[in-house]
Amino acid sequence: METSEQIRDRILSRFPGASVAFVANPGPAAQHSLLLGADNARAVAEFLRDDPGLRLDFCSNVTGVDWPDREIVETAKVSTPDPAGGPAKVTEARTRRIQPGFLEVVYHLYSMALKHGPVVLRLRTANRKDRVELPSLTPVWRSCEFQEREVFDLFGVVFSGHPDLRRILMWDGFKDHPMRKDYAEPDDYEWEPTPHGDVLAKARRHYPAAGTGGANP
Amino acid sequence: MSDAAPPSPEITDAERAELRRHGILLTSIEELYNWGRSNSVWPLQFGLACCAIEMIAASMARFDIARFGSEVFRPSPRQADLLIVSGTVTKKMAPQVVRLWNQMPEPKYCFAMGACAISGGPFKQGYNVLKGIDRYIPVDIYIPGCPPRPEALLHALITLQEKIRGQTISGRDVPRFLRPDATCDYPVPEFGAHDLEPPQNPDVWRPPALVRKEGA
Repeated sequence: METSEQIRDRILSRFPGASVAFVANPGPAAQHSLLLGADNARAVAEFLRDDPGLRLDFCSNVTGVDWPDREIVETAKVSTPDPAGGPAKVTEARTRRIQPGFLEVVYHLYSMALKHGPVVLRLRTANRKDRVELPSLTPVWRSCEFQEREVFDLFGVVFSGHPDLRRILMWDGFKDHPMRKDYAEPDDYEWEPTPHGDVLAKARRHYPAAGTGGANP
Repeated sequence: MSDAAPPSPEITDAERAELRRHGILLTSIEELYNWGRSNSVWPLQFGLACCAIEMIAASMARFDIARFGSEVFRPSPRQADLLIVSGTVTKKMAPQVVRLWNQMPEPKYCFAMGACAISGGPFKQGYNVLKGIDRYIPVDIYIPGCPPRPEALLHALITLQEKIRGQTISGRDVPRFLRPDATCDYPVPEFGAHDLEPPQNPDVWRPPALVRKEGA
């Protein structure tokens, strides 16, 4: 099978100006992926399915990934020359910036006809709050239907063009997206025999140690 | 029954055995009633997860729950005496479990089979699993295990039979189903925006009042 770079080049020759980026996986698995822009993702997906050299006719897996906002601290050394002619004074300037987060959907494609794969596609939303639309690939691969519904349910990605976009695991009136990193789960259990970590903090809140007062002295 | 009357009207087991030797059977309505009830506990044919597989195994020839009169798994809650909550109760499933319990006629009994039905088990820290079915319905017997062996289910059934035989049908200590003021309706939780509403039935379950040992 062609490598992901070769597939990217063929996509670019077929769709000039399409936004397709190669995302390398530095790990030993070396399962590289292609980052598609949301505008032309549907056309690229149809090309990948119908191209006689690829014939990626089966989407085995759709996954969501939540990338929250990340604070990036950059330190740059600034040297100010000494007006008296001595050695330049070097100070460290720290700049903090927030890298906005986004939601990512990962598609794993295989070819049943040519027995190769996977080709990994990534799609990213504009942000995590209000611009979470992505084109649905269910019209291209029928097997995406339930998995895109699951990503919609648990991550809150809205797939435009999906034939039946409803929650699939949680109930319809549920408001949250539980697989997001900032999801706050309901505070509905109190007792753990050996609490540690977050559960210990919850246990301290619910039943403080003897003598420290609280709701259950 | 046995007040201060010196020659007790109550017949001893030895006297009863002696009478039985002569072909005379003596019993009380209460004993007969409980004997009949305890030997025909019909479970609801209802399974939730892997514990249900053990429940099915208990009903098959090797473990043979029919030895205890409970082989008739009823497909309708209207005909069932026993709700075996066998498996993980997700929050999406909990209202249906409570509704099934409400549809069962009194007298009815409930087993929480396995770690999940008791407390949420390995999924206790999950957002989508009910932390024990005893938050909504009263549980008679807890069967620990993950999943419990069929023998554990049979042991729970024998324990329930002992409990049924010990119940009175008159007097102050009558069980819930003989009290005219007690209801067999339990509020069914609703699907809320973040969790089930209410998260528990305070008449049935309250959070334990615990004191944490610092450093533990």
